[in-house]
Amino acid sequence: MSQPLIQTKNLKKYFNTSKGLLHAVDNVNLSINKGKTLGVVGESGCGKSTLGRVVLRLLDATEGEVLYKGDNILEYGKKDMKELKKKLQIIFQDPYASLNPRMTVAQIIEEVFIVNKGIISKKQMRNRTKELMETVGLANRLINAYPHELDGGRRQRIGVARALALEPDFIVCDEPVSALDVSIQAQILNLMMDLQEEKNLTYMFITHDLSVVKHISNEIAVMYLGQCVEKVSSDELFQNPLHPYTKALLSAIPIPELGAKNRKRDIIEGEITSPINPKPGCRFSARCKYSTSKCSANDIPLKEVSKGHYVACVLY
Amino acid sequence: MSEKFLEIKDLAVTYETDEENVNAVNSISFSLNKGETLGIVGETGAGKTTTALSIMQLLPKEVGKIKNGSIIFNDENLLEKNSHYLRQIRGEKISMIFQDPMTSLNPVLTVGEQIGEALELHNKAKKENINQRVGEIMELVGIPAARKSEYPHQFSGGMKQRVVIAIALACEPELIIADEPTTALDVTIQAQVLDLMDELKNTLNTSMIMITHDLGIVAQTCDKVAIMYAGEIIESGTLEDIFSEGNHHPYTVGLFNSIPKLNDKKTRLEPIDGLMPDPTNLPKGCKFHPRCLHCMKKCKMEEPKVYKKGTKTIRCHLYDN
Ligand SMILES: Nc1ncnc2c1ncn2[C@@H]1O[C@H](COP(=O)(O)OP(=O)(O)O)[C@@H](O)[C@H]1O
Ligand SMILES: Nc1ncnc2c1ncn2[C@@H]1O[C@H](COP(=O)(O)OP(=O)(O)O)[C@@H](O)[C@H]1O
Ligand SMILES: [Mg+2]
Ligand SMILES: [Mg+2]
Repeated sequence: MSQPLIQTKNLKKYFNTSKGLLHAVDNVNLSINKGKTLGVVGESGCGKSTLGRVVLRLLDATEGEVLYKGDNILEYGKKDMKELKKKLQIIFQDPYASLNPRMTVAQIIEEVFIVNKGIISKKQMRNRTKELMETVGLANRLINAYPHELDGGRRQRIGVARALALEPDFIVCDEPVSALDVSIQAQILNLMMDLQEEKNLTYMFITHDLSVVKHISNEIAVMYLGQCVEKVSSDELFQNPLHPYTKALLSAIPIPELGAKNRKRDIIEGEITSPINPKPGCRFSARCKYSTSKCSANDIPLKEVSKGHYVACVLY
Repeated sequence: MSEKFLEIKDLAVTYETDEENVNAVNSISFSLNKGETLGIVGETGAGKTTTALSIMQLLPKEVGKIKNGSIIFNDENLLEKNSHYLRQIRGEKISMIFQDPMTSLNPVLTVGEQIGEALELHNKAKKENINQRVGEIMELVGIPAARKSEYPHQFSGGMKQRVVIAIALACEPELIIADEPTTALDVTIQAQVLDLMDELKNTLNTSMIMITHDLGIVAQTCDKVAIMYAGEIIESGTLEDIFSEGNHHPYTVGLFNSIPKLNDKKTRLEPIDGLMPDPTNLPKGCKFHPRCLHCMKKCKMEEPKVYKKGTKTIRCHLYDN
């Protein structure tokens, strides 16, 4: 098989808190091939954003490796990292919070070129900005508009344009459509899929919304309290979910169809806690109806139970 | 039981600010029977919250103005009542649950005190029984009574929303208006809260207006549906009417096509092109025409009439005859 574009090996990010050591990302192993999308799903606090930021080195890892084309980028010096950062970009959930309200659309996009000197000349800048705006479907007449004058969908298009400006290979998309209405959400998802095809982009697509991630992902990793509990192709995950947490997540999604009222659902009790000084064993076991003493004896590694289907659960 | 106890007719609401007039709700009508749940669906800015606030008469003072219409609740037009009467209705007959639980909770009172206050206010329990009743209500919504003396900030989002539900239920209302009650919650917690609301509604025979942008929640909880767009109800009917094949408003069709479905293969979604119109400057004719795939000449000129068939209504020129 070809070398993955991005890979993490035993990646950990712990935060020191007043209550103890918080295992936000705990031993995560993932790989994404060029041109593909890995969906990362899980409920709030499970470590998705932290994972994305550690992979991009926006946060320092506690332990483990992040490989880009096989190279451990956690060992890169300042200069190499600065070069590499052009190839690694991020799109945030709340386009409004991530855009400077006092800058126009053009200024926001051009800032990327000003910060990264020497990519294109000042003269070319305006043309390149117009090109980018066209690529992401922003009308040229908006070039001097301010973010507050635009709706959420258009603001997110600016975020996409900025991320594309330096022609990256890899983009971490951190809940890019979660704040948008469905009709606009679909517009942005289509845009992102088109861009991927056109430019052979690689995505890590982070979301709490399983139905969104299904459409855009080739593979999906389900996270719970800092750990990956299941990893498999998108189609297989929806047809044959194995981990009890994955099953619960799927069954909790309200389905927009007649008969939804009579659907038998597996509602899990309890709530997500935070992974502070976690005990060994499965972190879901406290809420899991299949839980036995085996679940809390040792840490449970991801195991390949059928080709390409990984799950961390003693049932398998 | 089928008894029309809430009927809204031709309701129009405008926000008048110094700069502009926002036509947030433009002549909507609907009704609700005892024990029924009506879903009001629509995207951000469609006018859902404004509709709810109008029923509660909690529109922002000076700015939010009811321009027309009537709100008949138990044979009385709420728009003709004084504020004393309304306050009583709000406490005893109609309760509201907001998206953000903190808008309804007082951060400096314990949750027990807040539930107790609601009971006391509406004389739903004798003084000496209040403490016990608070415990019962908490258990009813799935909070251990032992957490009575904790403050809201000590609760998670899902638990806070349960507290809000407990307060809303304390007065045993006839109608609950829930405005996106689970939007801020994680999906497994949302499932718990929706289940709880459903169970309580059935045991207490409460009627409900469920405001949401999520058609999945509608399918799971509602009996009737009204779809709002740019301040109008563009389609309404029973759950069956809306979720089965047949005649639909093009916006309804677009809305359904936009949702990623769990059971089909990876394909492109079919979004609705364009944006919701600016409520300070609504288009002439049908308000959806600039985004509509079936737009005809008259759609740009004339407002469509309401087409009625059985329990279903559609506001669209496609069904003129
Ligand atoms: N800077 C930080 N300091 C301490 N704890 C943090 C910090 N950032 C995130 N966390 C904690 O790490 C966990 C994972 O958070 P996050 O990655 O934001 O989750 P998600 O994106 O899945 O909602 C949470 O328990 C969160 O409270
Ligand atoms: N206090 C206010 N002043 C001016 N405009 C408002 C105010 N509240 C809401 N609006 C506007 O009214 C329209 C309907 O809003 P709302 O009822 O909140 O919609 P929804 O709940 O469907 O998202 C929107 O265009 C919104 O911007
Ligand atoms: Mg996050
Ligand atoms: Mg609202």
